[in-house]
Amino acid sequence: MIRILISIIVVAAIATLPLLGDNYLLRLGTMFAMYCVLALSWNVIGGYAGYPSFSTAAFFGLGAYTGAILQGAGVPMFAAWIAACLSAGLFAVLLGMAILHLKGHYFAIASLVVAEVLVEIATSWTSLTGGGMGINLPVLRISVAAQAQLFFYAMLAAAVLAFIMNWLVGAGRIGFALQCIRQNEDASSMVGINTTRYKVIAFTLSSLFVGGAGAIYASWVFYIEPPDVFSILLSVKPIVMVMLGGAGTIFGPVIGAFVFIVMEELVWRNFLSFHAAVLGVLIVALIFFLPNGILGVIRRRRAARSTEEGAAS
Amino acid sequence: MSILTLQGVSRTFDGLIALDAVDLSVEKGEIVGLIGPNGAGKTTLVNVVTGALRPSAGQVIFDGTSIGGRKPYQIGRLGVARTYQVVQPFPEMTALENVMAPAVFAAGASDMETARKKAREALEFVGLADSADIIASELTLAGRKRLELAKSLAMKPKVLLLDEVNAGLNPAEIDGALELIRKIAASGVTVIIIEHLMKVVMTLCTRIVVLHHGAKIAEGTPEEISKDEQVIKAYLGKRYSQNLAGKAGGNG
Repeated sequence: MIRILISIIVVAAIATLPLLGDNYLLRLGTMFAMYCVLALSWNVIGGYAGYPSFSTAAFFGLGAYTGAILQGAGVPMFAAWIAACLSAGLFAVLLGMAILHLKGHYFAIASLVVAEVLVEIATSWTSLTGGGMGINLPVLRISVAAQAQLFFYAMLAAAVLAFIMNWLVGAGRIGFALQCIRQNEDASSMVGINTTRYKVIAFTLSSLFVGGAGAIYASWVFYIEPPDVFSILLSVKPIVMVMLGGAGTIFGPVIGAFVFIVMEELVWRNFLSFHAAVLGVLIVALIFFLPNGILGVIRRRRAARSTEEGAAS
Repeated sequence: MSILTLQGVSRTFDGLIALDAVDLSVEKGEIVGLIGPNGAGKTTLVNVVTGALRPSAGQVIFDGTSIGGRKPYQIGRLGVARTYQVVQPFPEMTALENVMAPAVFAAGASDMETARKKAREALEFVGLADSADIIASELTLAGRKRLELAKSLAMKPKVLLLDEVNAGLNPAEIDGALELIRKIAASGVTVIIIEHLMKVVMTLCTRIVVLHHGAKIAEGTPEEISKDEQVIKAYLGKRYSQNLAGKAGGNG
């Protein structure tokens, strides 16, 4: 109950961001919401089910291109976003059935090359995607400030939906099945879990809102090109965020996304020429010193304190 | 009517014959022992019955339906449970959560509360009620073996296949495990047990099946098996059967 209250307060506080009137902060807020979508989505397949998916970029790019092409064809923006969710979801169902029988590294590699294949398709299919030239989206006839607000709230809505999805999965039957699969897949099928079905469900849930976020992103920046929306960083960053916050938890991905974006901005500003290297070192250090994420540390502290109290009394 | 029937079940691995046209019929309420030297195909037989492996040939019939080639989760839901030679817990969950999983997914508990209740009953039954909140990987080996039994029982099985549940236990723990297996059988579950400890097999089983090189070479009551020439040659050894005969003579 308290956790629901905290969630609502945090979302409400973020929603007041446009009142500050700072465009830089608003852009940062939109990015944060987008990172939340990616991290919360990855958490379902990577955190709960323990399948190290590198397909986030594929879902994101597919959503971005679906949205851009549909909007170019005159479909209303909002409808294009929904269609982007669905196209990413459908793609995930098919892809999941093809590669989810692979385990560990094999699955990771299979999921990784998917984005590369989509880049090639997007680059070669010039008549549909504009090829390497990229694709321009229709410009909105509203003020720049209103646009910034619109996309901020759209991304925030996607993040809230992804958060609710992540929560429902974690608290329900699906999450229980996925945790069993992560901890012992053979034993899972022996206790009656249809592992294939649950893995495909998890993979699909991890794609829906990422596709939507891709389409919102495309509408937001007005112009997309293959290497931008299929960037490998879009697959790697959410993994880092989730590991940072705590994999397989409800709040971990959000905490991770927040710490990550703060870190990214600080590094970006202060080490302009070699920010990627600094970020890389930070990531390695974090994985070494926080293997269970920030929530893991908090939990361990709490457990240690309660045993101490138990010993004292 | 027999609850589990195997008709000419074979399983080959790239030409290696692991199971060779095995016929087997298990009646409701029996405790059947499955013995044989290492590599005789005992675990393969369990894997074929529980769906971990497809039979290369032959029929597996459980409770009137053919289950050969079905998926493990489907067979599990029908009421065939197993334990593994090496324990297979969900290591980061508590004992209670471990047992809730089969209650939810195999026995089809309608909600988590019901599952929790069923899981507690199963833990109670195997004597692990006090360890319900302990993380599975922190239980002792004997505890984890009991946990496996609790998980199987939470599936509401009709047939339970036990693959060397006593391996690695000390004599006192084995006595406890035997008592538990008897209790499970008494509750109406048909038990098939793979076991190397002859003491266990001889005292526990109503019938023994002997596998050698994937084929069934003998079948009968413990007494018949201990006198069977082929079984002595392939598995028991002369000294063991003489000891057994001597003891029997001494008692009589």
